[in-house]
Amino acid sequence: MDLVSAASPVEVEPTLTPDEITFLAKPWVTLVWDDPVNLMSYVSYVFQKYFGYDKAKAEKLMLEVHTEGKSVVSTGTREEMERDVQAMHEYGLWATMEKAS
Amino acid sequence: MSGFERHRRSGHVIATFTGFEADLLRSLASQMVELLRNERAEPAAPTADAFEAMMAEFSGATTIPEDPVLARLFPTAYPDDVEAASDFRRFTEGGLRDGKAAAAAAIIDAVEEAGLPPELTEDGLVIDVELTHAQAETWMRAFTDIRLALATRLGVEAGDEDYWHSLPDDDPRAQAHDIYEWVGYLQETVVEALTAG
Repeated sequence: MDLVSAASPVEVEPTLTPDEITFLAKPWVTLVWDDPVNLMSYVSYVFQKYFGYDKAKAEKLMLEVHTEGKSVVSTGTREEMERDVQAMHEYGLWATMEKAS
Repeated sequence: MSGFERHRRSGHVIATFTGFEADLLRSLASQMVELLRNERAEPAAPTADAFEAMMAEFSGATTIPEDPVLARLFPTAYPDDVEAASDFRRFTEGGLRDGKAAAAAAIIDAVEEAGLPPELTEDGLVIDVELTHAQAETWMRAFTDIRLALATRLGVEAGDEDYWHSLPDDDPRAQAHDIYEWVGYLQETVVEALTAG
């Protein structure tokens, strides 16, 4: 935890409605699901290429897809996640989106 | 059988195929193009209204494709929200189809430019393919689509290799599975060649 920022009181902008706060919290995620076809090296390549993740992060996410059956690969606004899901489909990965829980 | 490798000096991704292999790639890619350009969403009932028919032509598909291969290539983006899922499909599926068909067509063009004749008759033909980084990425995506299509038709599951290898050699499903594995090998070598640089 960052002690400096934790020490200063958290200011909540009084004009923000709960919906706007939720929106700013980037409440959507893109999930990639495991399938028996896509190669591990390919999935890792796609995560690096499209999201710009470094090799370590891309491989961690790829292994999570492989072992857990799915992984959250990106977080953002609904529009951003629609772009990401579409891009994953372009690459042949099985991707869905949902509100972050 | 050899796969792709990175040419040291040019950085291009290169491979040498027999005429038979190049012809097989062209055939697989052609089947992808045909599949992607065929089954379009049709209006539920024929309509007499010309304007309505025209609009139906322009608006994209909204329901999951009936063909399981297409359903896998264009998954439902919102599993729990039918309305959002059909909106997403309407706005994305047409473009995705065109992109995937173009990627498959790029394979056909490249092997023909590399010397594959319209009809393969000659024995001992050698097809040298040389791809830029971007072209190799296009092939890599097309290989994915071809593998997804073959795997869906065959019903490939995780860890079922023993089953496929136990089938007699003359079983057409075993032959299709061999092709599936071969395209997987090619794809693996493309990824390696692209990351080698």
